[in-house]
Amino acid sequence: MMRAPIFGRLTGSEEILLPVRPLYIAITLFVAMMINLLPVTGWVLALRPDFVALVLLYWGIYQPRKVGFLPAFLLGLAMDVADGSLLGQHALAYSVMMYAAIFLHRRVSMFDMRHQILHVLPILLMMQLIVLGVRHAAGGEFPGWGYFLTSITGALLWPATDLLLKMPLRQRIDPDEA
Amino acid sequence: MEYTPPPFFRRGPSLLARLGFFAILSLILLYADARFHYMEAIRKAIAVVLYPFQELADTPGQAASRIGSFFVSQSYLQRENDRLSHENFLHAGQLQSQQALIAENQHLRQLLEMQERMEQTSTVAEILYVGRDAFSRKVIIDRGSSQGIEEGAAVIDDTGLIGQVTRTFPWTAEVALISDREQVVPAQVVRNGLRAVVFGIGYDGALDLRFMPVNADIENGDVLVTSGIDGVYPPGLPVAVVSNIERNAAYPFAKITCTPSAGPNRNRQVLVMSRLAPLPDYPVPLEAKKGKAKKPRKGG
Repeated sequence: MMRAPIFGRLTGSEEILLPVRPLYIAITLFVAMMINLLPVTGWVLALRPDFVALVLLYWGIYQPRKVGFLPAFLLGLAMDVADGSLLGQHALAYSVMMYAAIFLHRRVSMFDMRHQILHVLPILLMMQLIVLGVRHAAGGEFPGWGYFLTSITGALLWPATDLLLKMPLRQRIDPDEA
Repeated sequence: MEYTPPPFFRRGPSLLARLGFFAILSLILLYADARFHYMEAIRKAIAVVLYPFQELADTPGQAASRIGSFFVSQSYLQRENDRLSHENFLHAGQLQSQQALIAENQHLRQLLEMQERMEQTSTVAEILYVGRDAFSRKVIIDRGSSQGIEEGAAVIDDTGLIGQVTRTFPWTAEVALISDREQVVPAQVVRNGLRAVVFGIGYDGALDLRFMPVNADIENGDVLVTSGIDGVYPPGLPVAVVSNIERNAAYPFAKITCTPSAGPNRNRQVLVMSRLAPLPDYPVPLEAKKGKAKKPRKGG
């Protein structure tokens, strides 16, 4: 029997990483926005997760002191303009998502990747539900169940997001060996 | 949230207060945008900031298609060349007869003292990307107000009507497709001149022809063109072909589905027509005018 550590299971999050600089967070958010702006259509568009939401959620959970509501709100406005949707729907959804991320950050980072996915999925679904609710109030129609696929792909990409965003933060030289 | 930090660890307002601030701010924005369309200035400002990034994001796709088009086979080019020269030949014939027709039409219109038809100018634009909003059908094109694109202008491709410019930004414009739920196109059946209204239903490849009586003279395969009575779309642009008719005497209207003639999935190049000359004002009935002059008294 494996002895479980007292403070949650031993996961990747417990290795010692370089401190996250705000510039790095800004760059990752910018790259996520660029991916969102890529001109894709058809199936790719139907399955493509909202990368801005994913990266915002990631930093909200792992660096809640360094990202706040302001970047979420501003990026939301940018996505609204780029998508040609109602101004403020993504801003509202990202703000509520950021609240959920910061509220749950201690809890989520205790779990391993598989269980983190189970936390991320409802948060992403909730974000989409907010957008849906806003559009309903403005007279929109339900766009079909496929609308929620992007949350599922987003949640499934959570481990990859974790891996990619942590890569530049790994220490080059292992301090234990030096 | 789960604990209150001692005063020397102050972090500003609480999490819930910050959420409340931003949620209320976005709700105000939403309400002002949805109800009063007050937010166009802010939207334009953000669009200008976003434009270089949009162009940058578009570059890989453009480069890929350019490289792809460089490596096409000789036989494909040969075939395309043949087809184009054949089409060119056909069009040249049509164009020659059309010039005679235009002259004749002008002459007849003068004889009948009818209004001149506006010569329309048009701008070639390219579709930058398809709108990602799941609730509407829109595309973004790479020409904007600085190139003379106006809101309300009709957008066509080589096969027919695509949609209408709904928002202009300095270098880009947003085109609502005719398949958008909120787009309505006044149309006319080519075969018998019957006027109808084509509604978008929110997804590609199908349009609704609503409010046609069950016994209306419409057949499968009827071509619908814009009627031009709305003063927005120029008359005679192909809109759709009737594909399915359900006549059920239990309902007042027949259920008619059509297939759009054009589609933004086909090619990236589109043509933005200039706005039509504004139609003369709707004539006010004489009684209404009188009513305005003399306040109608209620009761007696």
